[in-house]
Amino acid sequence: MSPTIAIYRRELRSYFSTPLAPVFIMIFLVLTSAFTFYLGDFFQAGQADLQSFFLFHPWLYLLLVPALAMRSWAEERKSGSIELLLTLPVTVWQAVIGKFLAAWTLIALTLLLTFPIWLTVVWLGDPDNGVIFASYIGSWLLAGTFLAIGSAISALTRSQAMAFIIHASVCILFLLAGYPIVLSMMQVLFDQSIVDAISGMSFMTHFSSITRGLLDLRDIAFFLINSIAWLLATVLIIDLKKAG
Amino acid sequence: MIEASNLCKNYGPLLAVDNISFTARPGEVLGLLGPNGAGKSSTMRMIAGFIAPSSGTATICGHNIEKKPVEAKKCLGYLPEGAPLYDELTTEQFLRFVARARGMERNSQRGKINIALERLSLRGVAHQTIETLSKGFKRRVGLAAAIMHEPSALILDEPTDGLDPNQKHDVRILIRELAKERTVLLSTHILEEVEALCTRTIIVANGKILADATPAELLAKSRYDRAVSIQVTDSISARAALDGMPGVTGFEQNALDGRLYVFTKTKSRTDEAIAERLRQRHVAFTDMRVERGRLDEVFRSITMPEAKA
Repeated sequence: MSPTIAIYRRELRSYFSTPLAPVFIMIFLVLTSAFTFYLGDFFQAGQADLQSFFLFHPWLYLLLVPALAMRSWAEERKSGSIELLLTLPVTVWQAVIGKFLAAWTLIALTLLLTFPIWLTVVWLGDPDNGVIFASYIGSWLLAGTFLAIGSAISALTRSQAMAFIIHASVCILFLLAGYPIVLSMMQVLFDQSIVDAISGMSFMTHFSSITRGLLDLRDIAFFLINSIAWLLATVLIIDLKKAG
Repeated sequence: MIEASNLCKNYGPLLAVDNISFTARPGEVLGLLGPNGAGKSSTMRMIAGFIAPSSGTATICGHNIEKKPVEAKKCLGYLPEGAPLYDELTTEQFLRFVARARGMERNSQRGKINIALERLSLRGVAHQTIETLSKGFKRRVGLAAAIMHEPSALILDEPTDGLDPNQKHDVRILIRELAKERTVLLSTHILEEVEALCTRTIIVANGKILADATPAELLAKSRYDRAVSIQVTDSISARAALDGMPGVTGFEQNALDGRLYVFTKTKSRTDEAIAERLRQRHVAFTDMRVERGRLDEVFRSITMPEAKA
């Protein structure tokens, strides 16, 4: 376990010794506030909840998580430090998990720093804190799944720009999987049963059911299993590249 | 102990490493010598477990690198080509990361890091971020990370590349010291390093082993080994005097300083016989020397047999 912790700590330190972490946190906070108050009609809605706040999280993650995830493996490959990392007595799993957890921690920290908005609703009204808590968990799980996808895509390439673009595209596909824009396209290509399966993969559907206050085990499992599957893919990709 | 047996590596249609086998034992400094692109780095990367061999196996201290990678890597210190590091960390943070990732005991970490900093004279830059360090310092940080856990096997890919002559000297002393009870495999294309450091040399080109010998054995293959050289004003009469002398096989004149080299077939001393002959024929000469073998010439003749040295 100790190699995982060492890698985790090093990653986290890298986030904070470069402007990446502060910039990520700042932009997330500024954009969530802007979206919540201007686009989300937080005040006009007249409701003491954070619906309009969480509504925009998937779209912000679409922009920000690829920026965070693109460096995780692509940069190691580019700088050559991957050779150092993988010749330490560390398994690929430990390295993948360590990196993933570090990025996920940064997102957790960012979400925690949005607490003033929660204080605002508490001060203005009497919100359902259970729903808010569930929504925070849902948002964090969604971000984790995005990160896991990004980890696999970052492991494929040494170009961070490439990783960013592909990652964002894959994420948008998963977000919109339940929407007509994707489904009508799929209907042309596949059988109805496959189309239903694809619509069941929609991140948005699972995320919005959590933000409605239903912390259903199935939704949690959906995100966790998805994350693990993508992390497993990352390990496989790194192993395959070793043989290449 | 480092063992490579029948290692091969294909990159698509390119056969980068072609059936390389050797064993390096404790106390040995085995130098992989070869032109750029010969397959030295690929071979080392396979042994260190960074890339998987297309076929063949490698073991470190008895642990197969593919079947028992963690055990094998535990007794290995590896300096990759170009010594990649995490630039945003300070020297000390970097070494601490490596110590932790290696699972070194918490209370011995501090001491081992200090010893490594001391051994590579890195004390002064311990709190400087790696990206601000010069090439020589970076290489030494990489070396410090490779030796910190006192591994019984060391693989160093061009350990003195980018160092100035004084640093090269220091690193060579360090490697020799480390090699006393360890196995060291290093690659280089600096020929003087082979003589200064290696107990055994393997010459590789196009992925194949072309020679496996001690530096002295390689030097003996040189045509300059025990050749006699003289300064003469009249080289034509000198050649005429020596031509046909038993054992003399050929001449060469250095275009720059006019020194005349007399090559002989025998490996015994011929300088006195040559001096005697020249005196008999009244050919004036000065500064007679018995030459040593030249590694660059041996290297060229082994790696580029079609080119005349």
